[in-house]
Amino acid sequence: MNENLITIRNLKTWFDTPRGTLRAVDGVSFDIRKGETFALLGESGCGKSITALSLMQLVPEPAGRIAGGSVHLDGDDILQYSEARMRDVRGSRIAMIFQEPQTSLNPVISIGDQIRETVLQHTSLKNDAAKQRVIELLDSVGIPDPKRRYEEYPHQLSGGMKQRIMIAIALAGEPDLLIADEPTTALDVTIQAQVLDLLKKIQADTGMAILLITHDLGVVAGMADRIGVMYAGQIIEQADREQFFKTPRHPYAEKLFASLPGDMKRGQALAVIKGNVPALTQEFTGCRFVERCDYALPVCNDTVPDWLDSDVSCHRFDPNWQKLFATQQAQQMQAESINRVEPAEELLLEVNNLKVHFPVHTGLLRRVSGYVKAVDGVSLSIRKGHTLALVGESGCGKTTAGKGLLQLLPVTSGEVVYDGMDLCRQNASTLRKLRSDLQIIFQDPYSSMNPRMLVGDIIAEGMIAQGIAKTKQQRNDMTAQLLQQVGLPVDSVNRYPHEFSGGQRQRICIARALAVNPKLIVCDEPTSALDVSVQAQILNLLQKLQSELQLSFLFITHNISVVEYLAHEVAVMYLGRIVEQGHVDEVLHSPKHPYTQALLSAVPVIDPATQQEIIHLEGDLPSPLNPPMGCHFHPRCTHATQACKDHYPQAVSFSGTHTVSCHLYATS
Amino acid sequence: MNITSNTIAWWQVMPNVLWTDWLIYLLLIAVGVFVYHARRHEHLRAPWRQILRRRLAMSSCIILLSFATIGMLDSIHFRQATDLRDDGSLRYSNESVSLFDQLVLPLKNNTEKTYSAPFATQLYSKENIEAADGSVSRDYPKLKYGGAHLDNAGRDASKDIQNRIVTATWHAALAIVLLTLLFAIWQSMKNKTQLGCVLLKMWRGEQDGLPWKTVITTLGSIILLIFLSRELATVYHVFGTDKVGQDVFYLTLKSIRTGLVIGTLTTLIMLPFAIMLGIMAGYFRGWVDDLIQYIYTTLSSIPSVLLIVAAVLMIQVLIDNNPDAFTTLQQRADVKLLALCFILGITSWTGLCRLLRGESLKLREADYIQAAQAFGVSNFKIITRHILPNVMHIVLILVVLDFSGLVLAEAVLSYVGVGVDPSMISWGNMINGARLEMAREPVVWWSLMAAFIFMLLLVLTANLFADAVRDAFDPRLRN
Repeated sequence: MNENLITIRNLKTWFDTPRGTLRAVDGVSFDIRKGETFALLGESGCGKSITALSLMQLVPEPAGRIAGGSVHLDGDDILQYSEARMRDVRGSRIAMIFQEPQTSLNPVISIGDQIRETVLQHTSLKNDAAKQRVIELLDSVGIPDPKRRYEEYPHQLSGGMKQRIMIAIALAGEPDLLIADEPTTALDVTIQAQVLDLLKKIQADTGMAILLITHDLGVVAGMADRIGVMYAGQIIEQADREQFFKTPRHPYAEKLFASLPGDMKRGQALAVIKGNVPALTQEFTGCRFVERCDYALPVCNDTVPDWLDSDVSCHRFDPNWQKLFATQQAQQMQAESINRVEPAEELLLEVNNLKVHFPVHTGLLRRVSGYVKAVDGVSLSIRKGHTLALVGESGCGKTTAGKGLLQLLPVTSGEVVYDGMDLCRQNASTLRKLRSDLQIIFQDPYSSMNPRMLVGDIIAEGMIAQGIAKTKQQRNDMTAQLLQQVGLPVDSVNRYPHEFSGGQRQRICIARALAVNPKLIVCDEPTSALDVSVQAQILNLLQKLQSELQLSFLFITHNISVVEYLAHEVAVMYLGRIVEQGHVDEVLHSPKHPYTQALLSAVPVIDPATQQEIIHLEGDLPSPLNPPMGCHFHPRCTHATQACKDHYPQAVSFSGTHTVSCHLYATS
Repeated sequence: MNITSNTIAWWQVMPNVLWTDWLIYLLLIAVGVFVYHARRHEHLRAPWRQILRRRLAMSSCIILLSFATIGMLDSIHFRQATDLRDDGSLRYSNESVSLFDQLVLPLKNNTEKTYSAPFATQLYSKENIEAADGSVSRDYPKLKYGGAHLDNAGRDASKDIQNRIVTATWHAALAIVLLTLLFAIWQSMKNKTQLGCVLLKMWRGEQDGLPWKTVITTLGSIILLIFLSRELATVYHVFGTDKVGQDVFYLTLKSIRTGLVIGTLTTLIMLPFAIMLGIMAGYFRGWVDDLIQYIYTTLSSIPSVLLIVAAVLMIQVLIDNNPDAFTTLQQRADVKLLALCFILGITSWTGLCRLLRGESLKLREADYIQAAQAFGVSNFKIITRHILPNVMHIVLILVVLDFSGLVLAEAVLSYVGVGVDPSMISWGNMINGARLEMAREPVVWWSLMAAFIFMLLLVLTANLFADAVRDAFDPRLRN
């Protein structure tokens, strides 16, 4: 068990770019033992994926090259292998699964044939025996009815199923090491729980080692035996799971934990890591983290920290320097408390029975053959200065609900009452005036700004459209003030969006929304494209703005810990309808609906003590084109009865605020 | 007339602007506005800078610009004053000439009797020649202009040509060195650096990152060609003469304008249709989209040659019915050229329109468009501020690619006989004329050759330039 399967020493992968040599991986060393799970943890751009690709010798050439180091697999340095020899290693010794199962499968070949290709390549099986093996593999990754599925094509499968197929392909060569590059990032939590469980089960059965690459501390806590933390192309700390989660040592790891949102931190500002990851094109003369570190001393600036015997690369733990740090207490930022707005009772906006149906056209004459009921009768109420979180898996209609509420999509029926007016029944000019009160922030800060406009023009656009500031001077003043409010330098106005990082762009988007003095902002997963430390900055900013400006947020997200941290009220959506809503503590701490219970149990948690028994949901989210009869959730529900199949349950009220739509609690 | 001619100065001319001239001026203004706009916007400037940093693209650009200059000079038409009327007003010639004609006057006027080969001093076929003593002999007659300055043309011609090439090369070399030095001095004064430093930087390609060696080589070649033609073309027919004795070199140079007009004006005519309809279809969807799609699928399923033939015939009838409106032959030919541009434009906008519709369909779902809608920005403003700038790269790429296709289309159509007016000088008409000559024995090859070389040069450089434009504006290729 303790024998090393793969030994990586001083691996360097460099990219030649017009701006100089980019040292994406700069001296990485670690071992993976047989049968263990080693997790590489780090934020985007730190070199995790490039490390994995280097092991497989799949670094994109000619831009990238492996500049040095060794990778010993069972004693042989595979970096010295020729491409032809390496091909035998790939798939049969080391296999890999990727983040996006959608793009990893060939859409025009049936899934059975795609798996069989690998079987034929790496085993001596032929014809029927190979097909038999494929069916076994499909069975082992938990695909129901594998014989029939053999003939199916990738588009007929859901995301979770596709990731299972990818795992089956990886397993076909019976590899010793499986590299899983963010295997569940593109999946929903309930599906993520299924896939992670599957990986664990396969590992127990076959005894293969897993190199898990992820940015999610929760996934690491559930999966890894040992952990390597990467930062700016280097591993800065290695530890066992228990040790790491008990006492992370490197200041960066420490900060990562501190920046995670959660209900414990409600009402406080989250810790943020100041600054940005340094450019990897430079020569480092000191610690790479020095500019962002709270403990930094002059020595960190001039001396590159060595890899210490205690498996961490930081001067604080170096016996030579330790004394210096003993006197130097970290300039720890006190968790600054944020004036949490207490809910006013005044209602800002009320949504009654909102329906957004998209017609489906088929046939030559494009007749309407059915409707995708993306949002099918949603009722919400948002109070002044309040945050309502709308939670659900992808495809449940939460974004459509948000956009329908803002009248950005044609609403089929229902009403959205704001300021005594039903927004769905206003004419274009009245609605145009009302738009300044209701704004939206999008998920992807990269696509939400016109790349051809200057930041100043982007922010001023809403003011011009709404006639808020009449003169150019007024607009410029307001823009400068807004930029300060969101924590950006005033000279940003004359730059283009692509010059900013993801977090900064999200700040610009917030400034743009604030420019028209809104009362309500729909935040559509504003932090899910960002790294944890950046997410903390944005969440802090949103909280600050809420307390300063008495804003209301409709916060659309699938991230439960953000909800715990930020929301006052929660509504859980499933297939176009709200199944449970209530105060945040009620819903998250005593969930009543079986779906809410399963969803919450599937969220990976860091502290193993709080890990609940995961309630596994069978199958995937049904299609909103053809929702199940009765309660939408009954095919996946363990408590389903005949009543659930017959009709949709009425909402049952538990307290003044907490309501659930489930037959389990039907009073009659 | 002789009495008055010395009182009429060269500048006493009456501008005579043809329809296509107006449109070319308009195009020039549009390009000027675009350049001014692009200089002030970094996202537009950066790709152009990238284009000019590529050696091949820079070279193509310079060659295209010199073609464009010839085309421009050929688009300034005027009528010269011939004599003074009794009341003091000027009488103008009926024939309008272009500035380019004036610059290459000897080429235009030196017409022989019929065919003569390149650099020949005699006609291409034997004729009966009556000598001074009345005896008639059958021989190749001496040319009126080609090699006329020589005493014994047969003996001295090759020597004379060599001398002239050497002279021209010397002059050209001197001009290039002088120009380079002048530029370097200007740069060194502007940047306050040493002259030697600037020259060294230009040699290493570090001055502004532009490939100066390529610039100097290409410009040098063009200057050399100008000097060579000044020395040689004035006294010889470098590309021979055609059936009616016109200098073929002059014809090819005059054809440049026709090719450019077809290539650029057609695009100018097609762009508003393609951009407006394409974006509208993609942005508004619904019945607007259906209608526009029906129009362009119908239009693109009619064979375009058929449409062109029909349109050309209609224009012919229009001209015949309104003789007063089109008084000169040149005006008629010009109107026919414009009509050809129109009809080519109307049949060729569908491709771009389809592309733009697809792109707009994608863009209208973009978050920034939705954000603008959430601000209550009007549809017109969303289209002009958000969608149009984000599809401009497609427009630009397609326009440059289409250009070469249209130049070739003109040649093919004229060859078929439905292209420009037969009296208009164009590569298509030259090739059409050369078709019959190819069957002669001995063969007359130079008309075809000259048209071929110039067309190849224009289309090849346009294609190379288009490649660079596409690479620079394609967001997927940008790092």
